[in-house]
Amino acid sequence: MLRDEDRIFKNIYGFEGADIASAKARGDWDGTAELIKKGRDWVIDEVKASGLRGRGGAGFPTGLKWSFMPKENDGRPHYLVVNADESEPGTCKDRDIMRHEPHKLLEGCVLAGFAMGAHACYVYVRGEFIREREALQRAVDEAYEAGLLGKNAAGSGWDYDIYVHHGAGAYICGEETALIESLEGKKGQPRLKPPFPANMGLYGCPTTVNNVESIAVAPTICRRGGSWFAGLGREGNTGTKLFCISGHVNNPCNVEEEMGIPLKELLEKHAGGVRGGWDNLLAVIPGGSSVPLLPKDICDTVLMDFDSLKEVQSGLGTAAVIVMDKSTDIIKAIARISHFYKHESCGQCTPCREGTGWMWRVLERMAAGRAQPKEIDMLLQVTKQIEGHTICALGDAAAWPVQGLIRHFRPVIEERLANGPLQEAAE
Amino acid sequence: MSETENNLVKVTVDGQAVEVAPGTTIMQACEEAGAEIPRFCYHERLSVAGNCRMCLVEVENAPKPVASCAMPVAPDMVVSTTSETVKTAREGVMEFLLINHPLDCPICDQGGECDLQDQALGFGGDASRFDDNKRAVENKNMGPLVKTIMTRCIHCTRCVRFAQEVAGVPEIGAIGRGEDTEITTYLEASLDSEMSGNVIDLCPVGALTSRPYAFTARPWELRKTETIDVMDALGSNIRVDMRGREAMRIMPRNHDDVNEEWLSDKSRFVWDGLNTQRLDRPFIRQNGKLTPASWDAAFDLVESKLKGKGAATAAIAGDLVCAEGQFALKGLMDALASPHVDCRQDGAKISGPRGNYIFNASIAGIEEADALLLIGSNPRLEAPVLNARIRKRYLMGDFPIVAIGEAVDLTYKAEFIGAGADTLADLLAGKQSFADTLKNAKNPMIIVGQGALTREDGAAVLAAAIELAAKTGASFNMLHTAAARVAGLDLGLVPGEGGHDVAGIQDAAQSGTIENVIFYGADEIAGASLGDAFVVYIGSHGDRGAHRADVILPAAAYTEKQATYVNTEGRAQMTEQAATPPGEAREDWKIFRALSARLDVTLPYDNLAALRAAMYEAVPHLAQLDDVIAADAPVAPPHDGLGAEAFTYAVNDFYFTNPIARASAIMADCAKAKNEPKNRGDSSEGTGTDG
Repeated sequence: MLRDEDRIFKNIYGFEGADIASAKARGDWDGTAELIKKGRDWVIDEVKASGLRGRGGAGFPTGLKWSFMPKENDGRPHYLVVNADESEPGTCKDRDIMRHEPHKLLEGCVLAGFAMGAHACYVYVRGEFIREREALQRAVDEAYEAGLLGKNAAGSGWDYDIYVHHGAGAYICGEETALIESLEGKKGQPRLKPPFPANMGLYGCPTTVNNVESIAVAPTICRRGGSWFAGLGREGNTGTKLFCISGHVNNPCNVEEEMGIPLKELLEKHAGGVRGGWDNLLAVIPGGSSVPLLPKDICDTVLMDFDSLKEVQSGLGTAAVIVMDKSTDIIKAIARISHFYKHESCGQCTPCREGTGWMWRVLERMAAGRAQPKEIDMLLQVTKQIEGHTICALGDAAAWPVQGLIRHFRPVIEERLANGPLQEAAE
Repeated sequence: MSETENNLVKVTVDGQAVEVAPGTTIMQACEEAGAEIPRFCYHERLSVAGNCRMCLVEVENAPKPVASCAMPVAPDMVVSTTSETVKTAREGVMEFLLINHPLDCPICDQGGECDLQDQALGFGGDASRFDDNKRAVENKNMGPLVKTIMTRCIHCTRCVRFAQEVAGVPEIGAIGRGEDTEITTYLEASLDSEMSGNVIDLCPVGALTSRPYAFTARPWELRKTETIDVMDALGSNIRVDMRGREAMRIMPRNHDDVNEEWLSDKSRFVWDGLNTQRLDRPFIRQNGKLTPASWDAAFDLVESKLKGKGAATAAIAGDLVCAEGQFALKGLMDALASPHVDCRQDGAKISGPRGNYIFNASIAGIEEADALLLIGSNPRLEAPVLNARIRKRYLMGDFPIVAIGEAVDLTYKAEFIGAGADTLADLLAGKQSFADTLKNAKNPMIIVGQGALTREDGAAVLAAAIELAAKTGASFNMLHTAAARVAGLDLGLVPGEGGHDVAGIQDAAQSGTIENVIFYGADEIAGASLGDAFVVYIGSHGDRGAHRADVILPAAAYTEKQATYVNTEGRAQMTEQAATPPGEAREDWKIFRALSARLDVTLPYDNLAALRAAMYEAVPHLAQLDDVIAADAPVAPPHDGLGAEAFTYAVNDFYFTNPIARASAIMADCAKAKNEPKNRGDSSEGTGTDG
């Protein structure tokens, strides 16, 4: 269990103020200028040494991503874009960071921006996050007033501006290139890669897009050292992580824990355990709605980190743990998730545009028992036809939950269909 | 690195090694290797969208299939287009495209030339597994030319990209998300473009089809003739599809240096004008009324009026006539010893060497230009496809464009620095900063429109433009509006010694010194201006010229003869005969040849080959088909000084510039749609949601 002194987000529950004085009392903005004076490479090396992997879902090493930005400025400005379009169902960690720890994010923006040669940073806030945007803007105003942003930010000699941009609430705008498109004032549709944003991003300039949490932990990593962060968790899956626990637990919560904590321990220690006891557990979606669910027997032992969950054909995603007890109609639950992806597909490329609706319709019928048994295999094939064939990862995200359902709950579907109206009519 | 000396990249496609330039896409490399890649959204003249996912291929060491249209090659890349993965991926995408595509091929106009149909056959699965209801989408209003059946749309966005990139009208777009995505025009308005018909060709399915052609023919019933368009002076390459002797539709052909693969709406949809208002037999005016007559009777009348009156006979050649006909007309007039010949029926003051009246930089040369001055020209209406080429260059960036004339929307940003010739004088005197821009540019261009030359001071404008070009090192380019004009000027259809030009002929006809006027397809001259002169009209359509005529000799339209046209850049091209002239109508040159015999001045050729031989001897470059022969440097003609009034443009009614277009009901519909107020903004008639 994470010791209190290793906790990065000390005010994630908002028990203290989010204002600059309270933030400074918690250690934010402490010696920012000194960190910057150590140079770009030092910041990137510390983040690399920490083993920090992107907290937005894909788990790409953050330091490595920063190092992709051109070392020399070719006349085009560099941009840091912070992805605060937190829309993955089940996820609410960035929301609380913006509400209660906005200065961690802002200081992280300065350090990360400096490390990649950017003088400007855009924070793209999810459309539904009205209060969060206000809280963040308040913090930005405070930071400007205190001289922590703007010309010679925090006395570091580095000019730095942060703009808070409010999105319109489309899930797809959390995809980095769709976010860039949206930020440019266009329709939020993912771009083809290559070129990658590090070469051609916002307004055709080198850009790095990072998740709120990835940026917000950077100052603490720089202050306490990459090795401290790397000492937490296990190899390749280091540090602490905000877990968002929701669903059929006694005490749903956001909690910062060490990477690699056993799922069972996480639920029982922090969330008051599964409603009706551990044996009442049906399944857990461990990383936000897009990752395949895990049945109870896997949940008994699995560790909560990128690689462990990958081994069991799921993923850590955004670490949004959605717990379902035995009262859940698992087919209906996945059908609902499928509807979400059908609704949020941008419609640009064929497999996702056409496939998400197809999957949803079949699942709805399955939930009602109105399907043929052969359609289970067909549905699985359809998910495979979508997965890996689209421009962005939304196609994968729509396919995985369905694959998880069929992988682990096929007998449940078969039973439902066997007792469904179609079979009864046939008999 | 296996890059060779030429910096080529080695790629292996299906086991076959090819070397391609760096930056080539995988799709291009595959084509180089002879591997066919199916595609819907990719189009080589549009930006890459990569959204249909039909072109997925397998690349060694790549975690998932790659969209070959968008991915550049890397050295030593190993690509497979035939593996099981690729086959499955294609079948999957095909299935997705078809689940919501109606299987209404039997009643779809795209049938037989449908990419979806063809590729479903070639790359799709065998049966449908989709049991739910298909999506239905409401049709959209895209005006009188483009018929929409939006349920068929596969969202490739080619039309959207064409409108934005080539046509320069951002009025087609996609609204909605996911499977609710719909392609639509802005507030249901018809597309405000002179090139909208191209979206029909671009649409890979039957979502956007030709409204005038709807349900009239199947592609396999049509006889296809590759020929040249004459609706503007561009000489766009076209294909005329005929059923029997009726033109059913016109499609563009690719010519990289002329029209790429685009066509203006007028050129594409004028075909119904070829079938209506035709002069299919001779007419003579009796008691003030035109009555049908035999060729003999008509020739008798002409003979009685013209014989012995050669010097009192004038001839005016129109906008759509061919080189052969003009050559025969010129021969006839020379034989009649009449110097009163003119091919500039609009009265343009064009004179001097060939460099004075062609588009010297060539159409493709626009892409090499780095500064542009437009003088009294609105290329958007005068030559829409050429305008698209200017826009293409504009989109590449660093291309300052300045125009003199009334401010209009050219689909690209142009600075209108003045309206009239005084601005041109200022430029020439170096009083305008753009003169320096031109001077400092490497490849500056000046384009002069006909609107600037038909005025009183046309010769002065021409001289000023030529002088400005010489002074700044810019290329001098004339944009004609008439397909016949360059050939007419090449063949010397201008007044000879003591001859009258068009205005002079009209004056002389009114005063009675000119007694006979031959209108060879000349339809832009007011009939009353000819006084009591005896008018012989030789042409294909019953239009203004025929209405004034005393004798009508029916001739062939541009699709009914094999004839030479020279486009504005001086490129000679030959049309092919798609049909015979209707009824008793004859090819133009034959009429002049027969007439010459009646007048006892028989022209020295009895067939087309002999005529061409004589014509090529007189003007050798007409024989060099599809070549642009560099002309001598332009020379400023003498003039009486520049006026001051504002330039007007040569084309105002885009859809009605010539007799064929005026005979076309489709063109009339287009003009009507264009002039109708749109349901937009503060209009009190519509809310914008009532479409």
